[in-house]
Amino acid sequence: MSGLIETRAIGAPMERLDGPAKVRGTAPYAFEHPVQRPVYLHPVQATIARGRVTAVDTAAAEALDGVLVILTHLNAPRLDSDRDKELWVLQSDEVAYRGQFVGAVVAESSEVAREAAGLVEVEYDQQSHDVELSADRDDLYAPEKVNAGYETDTSDGDVDAAIASAAVRLDETYTTPMEHNNPMEPHTTVAIWNDHGLTLYDSTQGVHTVRSSVAHLFGIDPERVRVIAPYVGGGFGAKGMIHANVVLTVLAAQMVPGRPVKFAVTRQQMFSFVGYRTPTIQRVRLGADSNGRLTAIAHDVVELTSRIKEFAEQTATPTRTMYAAPNRRTTHRLAALDLPVPSWMRAPGKTPGMFGPEVAMDELAIACGLDPIELRTRNEPEVDPESGLPYSSRNLVACLREGADRFGWKQRDPTPGVRLEDGWLVGSGVASSIYPVYSRPGSRANIRFGSDGRYAVRIGAADIGTGAWTALTQIAADALGVPVESVDLQIGDTAAPMATVAGGSSGTGNWGWAIVDAARTFRGDHGTDPAEGAEADGEPGANPDSERFAMYSFGAQFAEVRVHADTGEIRVPRMLGVFAAGRIINPRTARSQLIGGMTMGLSMALHEDSVIDPQFGHVVNHDFAEYHIAGNADVGSLQAYWLHEHDPHVNPMGSKGIGEIGIVGAAAAIANATHHATGIRVRDLPITADKLLR
Amino acid sequence: MRPFEYERASDAVDAVASVASRPGAAFLGGGTNLIDHMKLGVATPDLLVDVARLPFDTVESLPGGGVRIGAAVRNSGLAAEPLIRERYPVLSQALLAGASGQLRNLATTAGNLLQRTRCVYFQDVTTPCNKREPGSGCSALHGYTRYHAVLGASEHCVAVHPSDMAVALTALDALVQVQGPDGGRSVRVAELHRLPGDAPDRDTVLEHGELITAVDLPELPMAAHSLYRKVRDRASYAFALVSVAAMLDVEDGTVLEARVAFGGLAHKPWRASRAEDVLLGAPANEETFRRAADAELAGARHLRDNAFKVPMARNTLVAVLRDLVQERRR
Repeated sequence: MSGLIETRAIGAPMERLDGPAKVRGTAPYAFEHPVQRPVYLHPVQATIARGRVTAVDTAAAEALDGVLVILTHLNAPRLDSDRDKELWVLQSDEVAYRGQFVGAVVAESSEVAREAAGLVEVEYDQQSHDVELSADRDDLYAPEKVNAGYETDTSDGDVDAAIASAAVRLDETYTTPMEHNNPMEPHTTVAIWNDHGLTLYDSTQGVHTVRSSVAHLFGIDPERVRVIAPYVGGGFGAKGMIHANVVLTVLAAQMVPGRPVKFAVTRQQMFSFVGYRTPTIQRVRLGADSNGRLTAIAHDVVELTSRIKEFAEQTATPTRTMYAAPNRRTTHRLAALDLPVPSWMRAPGKTPGMFGPEVAMDELAIACGLDPIELRTRNEPEVDPESGLPYSSRNLVACLREGADRFGWKQRDPTPGVRLEDGWLVGSGVASSIYPVYSRPGSRANIRFGSDGRYAVRIGAADIGTGAWTALTQIAADALGVPVESVDLQIGDTAAPMATVAGGSSGTGNWGWAIVDAARTFRGDHGTDPAEGAEADGEPGANPDSERFAMYSFGAQFAEVRVHADTGEIRVPRMLGVFAAGRIINPRTARSQLIGGMTMGLSMALHEDSVIDPQFGHVVNHDFAEYHIAGNADVGSLQAYWLHEHDPHVNPMGSKGIGEIGIVGAAAAIANATHHATGIRVRDLPITADKLLR
Repeated sequence: MRPFEYERASDAVDAVASVASRPGAAFLGGGTNLIDHMKLGVATPDLLVDVARLPFDTVESLPGGGVRIGAAVRNSGLAAEPLIRERYPVLSQALLAGASGQLRNLATTAGNLLQRTRCVYFQDVTTPCNKREPGSGCSALHGYTRYHAVLGASEHCVAVHPSDMAVALTALDALVQVQGPDGGRSVRVAELHRLPGDAPDRDTVLEHGELITAVDLPELPMAAHSLYRKVRDRASYAFALVSVAAMLDVEDGTVLEARVAFGGLAHKPWRASRAEDVLLGAPANEETFRRAADAELAGARHLRDNAFKVPMARNTLVAVLRDLVQERRR
């Protein structure tokens, strides 16, 4: 890695450039782009979880005024590729999960489309379905790889022997439930199919990802597909890959050429076809010597995927690098069920995978008579236990120590269940946090000097509410050595050069690197006094350091919990996180990312739980009244800090990514604090009042 | 959503006539429940008669004592009303424990009473539900029942009534004023809602076309020391797992009078008369409170997911009664 760029704009708490437009309501989200004579789509969803469609009666629906076309598997245009069965929409009579599309109505108004969809009568040949995950199923299997390309299993040393001979042993099972991403803006697509090709306004984490997926599925030249997404109301992974709703909208657009087809997914529908986090069953075994030094760590995970497509959450992967232990083992086993396809949800793998082990570490600390921070410090590895490589930077212990100072950890009496204040039992807890630095090739940036004396910086990046508009402007300004006012950033459009997805906390790193490279080339080619129209392209170069170092962000999460002694109600008046994530590009938007992640972790700890009813096979609590997400009243004091970490190895900005680490470990910190408050160890999320009743 | 007609009623008689004469008609109050149901296909009225603007929007002292609450008074306004806050704090607390600020700004007194269960199967037209479609079966019996009934349920329906306000009104023994096609009548709140029995599609004893015009609170000095406690899965904007509305009159350590109602446990707000009987004349202490709770909950029957409601209801009632005694001492 050549030297880090000099910073002036980077590191400043610049206000969001898109803030005023969003506050005034003038920032167009996918549904709001002005189009001529739009029509509206409402889907018909399967009411069985497995079987075949035997008949569809559309007569009553067709009779309604304003109905233009009704799609079924019998008349839908044919797709080109069945490689991804999740996207094989209306191509066969097979039903693989409840809520799957079996039809759609396109009408002149959304109300008519919805009413007509309710009038479409579908008959099925229903088969018995299987939607229940358990660790003792006899059909669990090992996938070839798990998400993000990790090995399914790892094994070093002899875990069983080490645990058998350990002075202190722990063997417990932890579970996390199915959870659904629910960004404020549900998935929305507007599709226009005409002689020029296909235009999509889509709520997505990556316009180029949508373009390549759609072009491949429909067998058309990617150059004939344009995807536009300047503003996106949250994604969290749910909009990282296209889901069936995009395919359905494009199929419909093909049937009404020239008419823009709008499909805004309802909140209830968010629980059936846009992905979710698999439930996990995690057996954690730890062995330690009498001083609390780990001799063995085993993390065996059982989770689910869909029968039609494999998605294997990489739940045990953080265990491979968190703590030093000579004997280590991690495994992933899957049950393939008659359910929709699981997918990315903020920090896939790391979020559930840092619940079980980080609660287990708290239990081990008590068993060893050690402070949980001291236990973690004693097990700090010198090099990455997984790869044997040194870390480009690893500041877990520094985060734990600074967090302890800021939180007031030193005064803590470790005895559980003894502090009663006004009828509430009070406790505090800690857990570690980790997230990898993902570098992905493929992003390109273009810089052009315009007649207005400003630099147009073009890249097909996505701002899903993270602050990319602002952070990339800051990076471009510093890379060019100009004030931020001289940068005209253009993102969210496939008309701009290719950009990788806003996922894996890698957007700013990958896109920023492309911009820095373009700026360096631009200055090399055109100097500091460029001619009008001068331009240059850039892309992230190969990083030899990625072969020499293990690259991760780390953090420490602290929580205070109060549990009502009579009713078991649980409150979290205070959370504090300290993170080491390289250089922070914009402290203002970074803080939002981190406390947003911590809030989502709080929500995971106390609330979120998608309930599958085995009678039917779908999520029955599929709205915001029943699927609880933390509200304002649940969130108390939230503080996020970061270390000034210098890491010259990760990328030219020295930044590691902050979109996900805030959620990782938060639920474990709250579970550990709950135990400290009550003496009750809850190993199954969410932690609800009934589990704390006496 | 199906097309429907909309009328704004000019007076109560007119509104009642419009709805009573048309089987598919419904009154529209704040719309916070009915409009959702229309979107979901749970309700399919062909005529909405808007009664939210009828002149039932005041809270007034009654000549013989007590207070009359107009049917169209919004929940947020009622909760803030000084008469209510001072003389019937349990009602104000119950209102503020319900829904969200935005919903309370729209929801009306009558609409709150007549809101329908939040049972997930009732709200999902793709699953059987005897309340929505009589005879189709009860999906909850063998399904997700964290929020369901432990008292008074039947094999046909195990849903609970979701209102907080109605629980307070039940403890206060409020009287519901009803206008029907053949004139007016009064119904005790405790008798307004039904147990499901074999007709869970009927939430209340009201006939089609009957319109609630007011709710009367009796003169009740002991209500000045009253509490509403709601236990829920989130600090705001969540329906009750268990709630308790209670008031106590205590002299020299003995309970002279007690009013107790539970929410979240049954198809209707549950007046706990067995508990009240135990409390009456007994020493106002923890042991009595526990006995009272146990007496009321002895008949509880739980489903797959809601066994916790019994100890939770017991603990909550004991805590509320303890708080009431402490409050009176202050």
